Amino acid sequence: MIAAGNPDVKTARRPREGGRRFPLHWIGALPFLIYVALFLLLPTAIVVVGAFAGKAGPSLSNITDLNQGFLLNAFFSSLLISTASAVVGAVAGALLAYAVATGNPRGVLRRVVSSACGVLAQFGGVTLAFAFIATIGSVGFIRLWLQERGIDIFANGVWLTELPGLVLVYTYFQIPLMVLVFLPALDGIRPQWREATESLGGGTWHYWRYVAGPLLAPAFLGATLLLFANAFSAYATAAALISQGNPIVPIAISNFLTSETGRNNPGLAQALALGMVVIVAIVMALYALLQRRTSRWLR
Amino acid sequence: MTTTVAAAGLGTAARAGVEVRLENLQRRYAGVTALDGLSLTMAPGELVALLGPSGCGKTTALRLVAGLEQADSGRVVVGGEDVTGQPTNKRDVGMVFQAYSLFPHLTAWQNVAFGLQMRKVDARQRRQRAGEMLELVGLSGFADRFAHQLSGGQQQRVALARALAIQPKVLLLDEPLSALDAKVRARLRDEIRRVQLEVGITTLFVTHDQEEALAIADRVGVMHSGRIEQLGPPTTIYSRPATPFVAEFVGLTNRLPGVVRGGEVDVRGTRLPLVQPDAADGPAIALVRPEAVTVASGGETAAGPLVGTVIATAFLGATSRVSIDLGDLTVLAQLPTSEATALPAGTRVRIAIRPDPVLISRDEAAPERA
Repeated sequence: MIAAGNPDVKTARRPREGGRRFPLHWIGALPFLIYVALFLLLPTAIVVVGAFAGKAGPSLSNITDLNQGFLLNAFFSSLLISTASAVVGAVAGALLAYAVATGNPRGVLRRVVSSACGVLAQFGGVTLAFAFIATIGSVGFIRLWLQERGIDIFANGVWLTELPGLVLVYTYFQIPLMVLVFLPALDGIRPQWREATESLGGGTWHYWRYVAGPLLAPAFLGATLLLFANAFSAYATAAALISQGNPIVPIAISNFLTSETGRNNPGLAQALALGMVVIVAIVMALYALLQRRTSRWLR
Repeated sequence: MTTTVAAAGLGTAARAGVEVRLENLQRRYAGVTALDGLSLTMAPGELVALLGPSGCGKTTALRLVAGLEQADSGRVVVGGEDVTGQPTNKRDVGMVFQAYSLFPHLTAWQNVAFGLQMRKVDARQRRQRAGEMLELVGLSGFADRFAHQLSGGQQQRVALARALAIQPKVLLLDEPLSALDAKVRARLRDEIRRVQLEVGITTLFVTHDQEEALAIADRVGVMHSGRIEQLGPPTTIYSRPATPFVAEFVGLTNRLPGVVRGGEVDVRGTRLPLVQPDAADGPAIALVRPEAVTVASGGETAAGPLVGTVIATAFLGATSRVSIDLGDLTVLAQLPTSEATALPAGTRVRIAIRPDPVLISRDEAAPERA
C-alpha cells in the first residue's frame, strides 16, 4: 500500500549561516516596491486620512456628505457601467479566447489575437474616445454613412456620450483584457478530461456541465471581477467623452478636486475615493480567492 | 499489496472478458501512415501489450479501439459487435491515460463515480460501487482526496478504479506508468496486472517500455511502422525474435559483423546457426544476445579475434553486464555477478559465443529506441 507520507519524518530546516541575513533576491524587487509604496500606498493613506478629516480635525462629515442623491447616482452609474462592460467583455472575450485556445497553438490566429490584445487592453483615454467620436460620433463617418442610408443611430439622442456609450467604449479594452486573463485558464484544460468524459459515457453536454464548466467557472468569475475593477477605476476615457455633470465616480472626484466654480471640495473627493478603494479592494480580494482555486486546478 | 475486496463487491464490478478483434486497421495522417493494416485478436480476459518506439502506431491503435479516432478502413469488433462507427461514449470501454486525467475539481471517489453518474446509477449505488473500486486498488482511505493531494501512482490507481467502475467490456491502458518514477512504476505495474486478472477484463496495454510489456502481458505485440512485427508470449518475443527489428528493440543485442555461408554465419571464426537458414550468402550482421556471450580470463589471452579487454561492468543485481573491447568493436556479455566481479576493468579475456540460432541483419541502421 502506498502511504501518503510518513508523519514521523519531519522536514529539517536548512541552518542559517551566520545568523539572520537579508534575502538578496528582494533587492531586485526593491525599486518596484518603493514605487508602489510612494504612488499607491501613500496616496491611499492620504485618501483615508483626508476622508476622515474635517476643517477642525477628525470628522465623519465627508463620509456623511456622500449620502447625496447625485453622488449616490454616480456610484450607481459607475457600478452599472462596470458591471455591464465587465459582463459583455467577459462573455465576448471568453468566446474569443476559446476560439484561440482551440486553434493551432502556433497558428496565425493565436499570434495575431494575443499580440493585438496585449496592445488593445491598454488602449484608452483621449485616443480611444476620439476613435469612437470619429467613427460613430455625431459627425463620425460611419454614423453619417448609415444616416445617408436612412439609419440614424442617434435618433433617440446621442447616447455615445451617455452611459450606454461608455459601456460600448469600455468594451473595447475589456474584451482584450478578458482574452489575456482567461486564455491561460483555457490552456490549462487538458484534452484528456474530455476524452475521459467520453470514455466514461458522457457527451459534450456532460463535459461542459460537469467538467469544463466547473473547472473554468472560478477563472471566468475572477476575470469578470478583474474587468469590473478595471472599468470601475477608469477615468480618462470617460472624461474625454463626457464633459458635463458627475455621471460616474472618477469624474465626480475630478470635479471636486479641480472645480473653479465654488464646488471645490477635496475632503468629499477623498471620501468618494475611499468608497472606490473599498469596492475595488473587496472585488480584488474575491478575485484573488478565485485565482487561487483556478491555479490549483488548471496548472 | 493484499487483495481485500469482498467477493460480492467485486462481483458487482466485474464482467466476463470479451473477445476484441482489430481487423486490418488503416490510418493515415496528412500522408503519413500511422497504421498499415493492423490486425489483432485478443482472447476474452487476455492482456495484450502493444510495444514499440514512438510513432509506430501503438497509441493510434488504442485510440481507434476507444473511438477517440476513426479508422480510414478496417473494423473494431468488441464482444462480437462491430463498434467501428460508434462514438466513444457508446463503446463501453474503460481507459487509463498517461497522466493528469483525473478531474481535478472532484475527489477520488467522485472521480470513480463519474462514469456511474453518466449512466444514471443512483447516488447510493454510486457511492457503494466507487468505494468497492477504491478498495480494489487499495485506496479506500483516500476517497475524499483531490487529485493534487495524491501522488502520481495513487492518481493512476484512482484512474484505473474509475475506468473499471463502469464495468467496461474492454480496458485500454495508454502508457499509464510512463509519468511515474521507477519504483512506483514497477509496483503499480504489478498492481494493474493483479486487478486485471481479478476482474478478468480484456485489456490492451500500450507502452514503449519493453520491461513493462514483457512483465505484464499475456502476449506482446511488437509494432513497427504501423504493423505488428511479432505477436507472442513475452518469452517467445525475447528468446525467439522473428525479425531483426524485434531482436534489437526488445532486450540488448550485440551486432557482430560476420559472413553468411551455407545456412550459418561466421563471426570472428565462430560459426553460428541461423534462425532462417535459407538466408543468402554474403556479409551480414549477426544479432547476438549478451546472455549468449561467455567470458574466460585464463588461458591464452594474448591475441585472437575473440580476445579483448574488459572496459566496464554494470551491476544489475544477480547479473552484471560486462563491456569487452575487442579492438574494432565492443561486445556486451551478461554474466552472473559473482563471475563479473572477478573481471575488473583492464582484465584481458577471451569470449565465446554460444551456438544458438541467431538472426542476421543486412541493414546497418539500428531501430529507434524510445
